[in-house]
This record gives sequence, C-alpha cells and structure tokens, in this order.
Amino acid sequence: MCRGSVSSFFQILFFLAFFIHFSQDCLAEEDIVKEERPVYGDAIVVGSIGDASNLIPMLATDATSHEIAGLIYNGLVKYDKDLNLVGDLAKSWEIKRGGKEIVFHLRKGVRWQDGVPFTSKDVLFGFKTITDPKTPTAYAGDFLEVEKAEAPDPYTFRVIYKEPFAPALSSWGDIVVLPEHLLKGKDITKSDLVRHPVGLGPFKFRLWKTQERIDLDANPDYFDGRPYLDRYIMRIIPDPATMFMELKAGGLDWMGLSPVQYKRQTNTPFFRKNFRKYRYLSFSYTYLGYNLRHPFFKDKRVRQAISYAIDKKEIIRGVLLGLGVVATGPYKPDAWFYNPNVKRYPYDPKRARRLLAEAGWKDIDGDGILDKDGIPFSFTVLTNQGNSLRDKTAQIIQYRLRQVGLEMKIRQLEWTAFINDFIDKRRFEAVILGWTLGQDPDIFDIWHSSKTGSKQLNFIGYENKEVDRLLVLGRRTFDREKRKEIYYRIQEILAEDQPYTFLYVPMALPIIHARFHGIKPAPAGISYNFIRWWVPKNEQKYIIP
Amino acid sequence: MGFISFLLKRILGLVPTFFGITLISFFVMHLAPGEPMSLQADFNPKMTPEMRQRLRAQYGLDKPLYVQYAKWLKGLVHLDLGRSFSPDRRKVWDKISERLPVTILINFLSMLLILAVSIPLGVRAAVRENSLFDQVTTVLVFLAYAAPAFWVALLLMLLFGIEWNLLPVSGLHSLMGYDQMGLFEKVLDWSKHLILPVFVSAIGGLAGFSRYTRSSMLEVLRQDYITTARAKGLPERVVIYRHALRNALLPFITILGLSIPGLIGGSVIFESIFAIPGVGQLMWSAVMARDYPVLMGNLVIVAILTLLGNLLADVGYAAVDPRIRTGLQEQE
Repeated sequence: MCRGSVSSFFQILFFLAFFIHFSQDCLAEEDIVKEERPVYGDAIVVGSIGDASNLIPMLATDATSHEIAGLIYNGLVKYDKDLNLVGDLAKSWEIKRGGKEIVFHLRKGVRWQDGVPFTSKDVLFGFKTITDPKTPTAYAGDFLEVEKAEAPDPYTFRVIYKEPFAPALSSWGDIVVLPEHLLKGKDITKSDLVRHPVGLGPFKFRLWKTQERIDLDANPDYFDGRPYLDRYIMRIIPDPATMFMELKAGGLDWMGLSPVQYKRQTNTPFFRKNFRKYRYLSFSYTYLGYNLRHPFFKDKRVRQAISYAIDKKEIIRGVLLGLGVVATGPYKPDAWFYNPNVKRYPYDPKRARRLLAEAGWKDIDGDGILDKDGIPFSFTVLTNQGNSLRDKTAQIIQYRLRQVGLEMKIRQLEWTAFINDFIDKRRFEAVILGWTLGQDPDIFDIWHSSKTGSKQLNFIGYENKEVDRLLVLGRRTFDREKRKEIYYRIQEILAEDQPYTFLYVPMALPIIHARFHGIKPAPAGISYNFIRWWVPKNEQKYIIP
Repeated sequence: MGFISFLLKRILGLVPTFFGITLISFFVMHLAPGEPMSLQADFNPKMTPEMRQRLRAQYGLDKPLYVQYAKWLKGLVHLDLGRSFSPDRRKVWDKISERLPVTILINFLSMLLILAVSIPLGVRAAVRENSLFDQVTTVLVFLAYAAPAFWVALLLMLLFGIEWNLLPVSGLHSLMGYDQMGLFEKVLDWSKHLILPVFVSAIGGLAGFSRYTRSSMLEVLRQDYITTARAKGLPERVVIYRHALRNALLPFITILGLSIPGLIGGSVIFESIFAIPGVGQLMWSAVMARDYPVLMGNLVIVAILTLLGNLLADVGYAAVDPRIRTGLQEQE
C-alpha cells in the first residue's frame, strides 16, 4: 500500500514527504481495521442560522432551542432510530383499561446534573406546570385529555385519560420533565433555568453568549453512558453563505446544506477528503393547497386535473436538484404508516384537459385560458416571502398550468401578514406551503372538519365524513396494525379527493467532518445516536482540558 | 447667561418632541398585521384557542391600545423598559445593553476610518480640482458606495479567510481558548475579527464624506480671505490646512451630531454576514416577531440620541463658529 519509487535526490525528498504522509494514513487505517474501539475526547462545532430563545423545553417553540434542550433534558419515552417509541427515563410502561391508563416504571439511580435524585415527583411537577394556565406554553394541548396524574411512589408515575388517546404516550417526552427542586414555587418564565438549564441528559450546560454560541459539556454521570465527545458547541451564523465559508475555513464541523451546496459546491477534492455528506428524507412536505370554498376548487375534478397538469418530478429535478421524492399524501415514504398504493397523479396534461372539460371548463373566447359561464380560470397562489424553493416551485407550476389553459398568478407575502391577513381570514385562492411531520400519524388538527375555524389548521376547509370518523378512531386505537389500516384508508381518500396537490418531500442534507466516526443514517435521521459519535485519538482537533 | 438660557430652552423643547415620537411609533407599530404570539402560535397544531387568549392576557394585548401605551409610559417614567414578548421574557434593557458595546465599537471605528480617509481625500481632490487624482478617486469612492455590502463582505471573506487564511471568516472571538488569553492576545484577537466588518461598514460611507469635504473645500478656496492669505505669501500648506480646512469642516459638526444615533443603529446585513451579535439583528428579529417592548426600547434610545445629537450639533456649532456665537448675543 505504501509504495514509492526512487531515482533522484529530488524524488527522494518528494518520496519521503509522501512516505511520512502515507504511513500516517496506513496507521489510521489499521486502527479502523482493528475496528471501532471508540475513544473519548474532541468537540463538535455545529452551525445554526438562529439563536435559541429559551432552554426550558415547554416554553420554547423554535427549532434551535429544542435542539439544545434535547441534549440536556430527557423524557420518559423517546423514538429510536426506526421511529419506534422506547423507554428513556421510563424503564417500561403498562397500558391498562383499553388505553385509558398508562403506568410508567422509572429508572432508579438517575440524578439531575446538580446531583439531586430524579423521581416521579419531577414528572408530576412538569405535568402540573405544563397544565398550569399561568405557564405560557404551546404544548398544553397534548395534556388536556388527562383526567388525573399521580406519583404513587418515587419510581412509578400513573396517568389516567378521559378517553383512550393513542398519541398520548409520545407526549411524555422531554418537554414535560422538570427539576421540581429548582422550580417549585417560582415563576417559571423568570427562572434562571431559562438561560442556565439543569437537566438529566447526556450534556451539561456550559455557556451561552447571545447570538454567538452555546457550549455544552459531556455529562460524565449520564445514566445511558457518557458521550464520547467532550463538548458540543453551537455557533450562531445567520447567513448561509457565511456558514458555508466557515465550514470551508475549518470553523464548523456540521451544518445542513442546500441542494446546490450538496450537489455542486461540495463536489470538490477538498470536501471529499475532509467531510462526509449524508442524506435522508426530512420530516416535512410541500404542497399546493386550495381554498375549497372557492367556486373553482369545489369540484374534485378540477383539483385532480391540476395534479395531473403538474410534473412533480420536474419540480424535484429543478428545485431540489433531485434531492427529494414525490409526495403522495401527508406522510413521508419511509414512515411505517405510509401507504404506497394510493392513487397517483403522474404528469398527464391530456388527462388534465379532459377532466377540466368534464367539469365544464372550455376555452370559448380563444384567448388560451379556459372559461366557464364567462369567467376565465385565473387565480392567485400565495406563498411566503424569502423561501426560494417555494418561489421556484410556484414558477414551474405556473408554466405547466398555463399549458393546460389555467392562469396562475404568484404573490409573495411576509409571513405574519400572510397568516393573519390571508390564511386566518380565508382570503386566498390557493397557497404553496409546507407541513412539518411528527413521528405519530395523528393528523386530526389538519384534516378534521371541526378544525376549520379561524386560526385553526384546516384552513382550506376540507370536510369528509369518513376521514372525520377515521381520524377520531385513529386517536383511540393503540394497536399498531389497526392504526396502520386506519391511516392507510385516510391516505386513499385524500389521494382521491386531492384537497392539496401533494408536491414533494425534500431531503435533509447534513455535512459532517470526516473525523467523526459512528454515524449511521436511519429513518430517524443521523442524530439519534449522537452520544455514540467519536473521534480517533490521532485525529482529534480540539483538546478539552 | 444668554447661552445657558438658550440651552435650557432647547432642552425643554425636546421633551414634548420625545413623547410625540414614542406615541406615534407605538400606534404605528401596532398597525402591522399579526401579534407577538404569531411566531410561537401560528400554525402550531398544539396551540389551543384558550392558550392563545391566555398569552394575550399575559402580554396585556387584550386591553385597548391606549391602556397599553399608558402602561408602557408608566414603566418608562420609572426607567423600566419592560420585558420582551419573545419566549425568553428577558428584560428589554438586558437584551439591548448586552449588544450595545460591540455595535458602538464597530460603528465608532468605522466612523473614525471614514473620517481619516475621506477628509484627506476630499481636500486633495479639491486642491487639484479636475485632475486625474480627483477623477480617479471620484470613480473609486462611488464604486465603493455602489457595491453591495454583503457582496464585498463575501468576497473579502473568501480572499482573506479561505484563500490566504489570514483572518477569521466571521464571529467576534476565536472558537477555542479566548478566555485563557492575556490582555494583549485578547486585543489582537478582537482586532483580527474586527478588521473586515469595520472595513466593510466604512467603505460605503467614504463617498459621502469625501465628496462633501471636496465641495465644501472648493467653496472656501474661492473666498477672498484665501486669496488674502496667499497674497500674504503664506506657504500653500498653511493656507490649505490652517485657513481653508478649518472653515470647510464647520458643516461636519452637524453631520457628526446627526450620526450619533447611527452609532447604536446596527446594520442587519453586515451583522448577519459576519455573525456579529449586534443591535441590528436584535431589532430585525423583534420586528419579525412583533416584539413591541424591544422595539420601543430601542426606539427610546435612538430617539434620545437623535435629539441629543441635534442639540450637540447646534451647541457645537455655536461654540466653534464666532459668527453664530455673536449672533446669539446680539439677539439678546
């Protein structure tokens, strides 16, 4: 492996330089052959566009706060790499009385990072805090169905629901466990924990410089084993171009790439040598939603026609550079409740025209735009400002719809104005927006006909009796196979009705420095085993005293 | 005596102006669609209508606007700017004051740089009006003025941060070990991080100041007393720098006075590009989140500095320009 040829002095020098270099490489490779004996040490530097706002999980709504708080706090349950719910602080649990009662058995010997033992009282305290009207939390909704919660002994926590509620189990995650001894009797919004959290998790808080960085240290007493990395540093860099340059300059180890950065800008020898790129389906999808109260879109055939007229693969090629998949419904294709056999809408402009003709839309005045009763089919799609992916998507759709005789105008709006003046007041014809997906299939809030009021999420006004019934049933059913059937059926109906034209599921595109070992992509992404990532001794970059 | 009463009158006149500013801003701010909870609550499936109402009540948004203003004003009189509406609920003054030093530092340094470069540039251009030097500098300063700051910043980062690896790309401190540095090393570390941001924020200002110096200088050079000075046989250097420049710089007092509020007004664009935790970014996110207390807090500071800057300019002018000083006394 380590070879070279010698003929002149110059070449010898050259060779020596190479030999030294190569022999190090060989050593490194031998290490790997000896295989994966993880060692401690080194730090990881992660880039984030935005700063955290509040490090008490139940008070925060932004992604950065939850990312940091997720490393400091733990829940009773968590999702594993295949998105199954497994115990975290709870060793096990029992579901009794058809799902009305859940009993958690907690781990023993777990301590808060200040040394105080963790007990079921902390869970009860968290529950009381989140349901307290004075607590400004966005997550109280999950706990409204709870009739009673109690802590019969330090390692048992029992919760009783008014009705069986399948998403209940997953709500006992890291949002609801709080240190009672630090917060009892205090105003949580003014607590010191907002900026100096104390949790149970794999990392301990070290420092937070506003809008600059947040540092965490490995927690040596973590109940699931100390993380291999000594330190986690999040740098806040608001500009994506700057972030990319920091990555290149060595100031960052981990960031999310845009499709262009993934495909082109990181396709250089430098990046191939120093970094590893990963990709997996993100927990989100983008859609074209119709206001179903609008006369144009009341007719199912019109919505289906638009779905046939749009070439979704073309959008993925053009906007995401191929880094995404076609969405066929409100879930991502690698979820266990995803139904792959629903009706699909491949690009078929002829069929689109036929469906539109059936619905009575014909080009009578010969201006290239279909009309009915003297009204031309012309509408405006709204989307939020500053999202270039959605903007490009809109332009491609505009072009394709024009070809089947529909005129679509595009209007971009500032986010708050968009939501308050247009969505909430139902002043829109169509929108291009996206939803973030949870790990549970429950989508009651988005599709149930009781959720069409102002500020509610079924803003398109979708009403289907069977979907309503199934959404309720899905919430009451605990058996995974039965739930799967229910949500399979919902996907079939949505695919037929096309209340949205489901467009695409984009990919998450993280890039991580090559010195980190132990990263294994799974349906849950890559960060589920973050505490098991490690760096070989000879590659460690930051020595933490 | 006359001067002091003039000063008192001016200061008293500022008080109603100040409250007028806060009143108008407060009401205009609430005209923007959306509410402070929008970012937390909109499109969040877990947000219930009851919760929304509770949050509104906690922020006092359920009360009529004039009550909200009165409450805010009451706080202001007690020097309390209130708490932010963002999820951290921190005190507004804490949020602003932790960002002020770096913003002021960068703006101050860049102002210094602008003056140090543009005044000599303007003077030379005026003395050699229409020469090659005049024309070249004119083109250059306008190019610098026209080039978008973010673009220049990115090019400089690419060159100095990556190609030559001389300066850090962004941020204020070295990633590791800043706390262990000695004072000298700390200053060095700061300087390395500040060179590019200060340079980028200064180049756009060169055009204005150097052109201003040039035209002001040209005007002065045509005056009779310059001809007199030259006729007396004074060396050209003395004529230019002692007699002409001192008079040409008078209008700068006004300009400097007016730029005082600019010292704390950060720029969102270059703060974002260089990842600097300054006031500009705070204000930008406060606008987006409709965080009224933070916006009002910043507005109070800017309003006070603007009024103060105007006052200082007037006073400063009177102090250095004998014509105005005597004019005041004659009015007595």
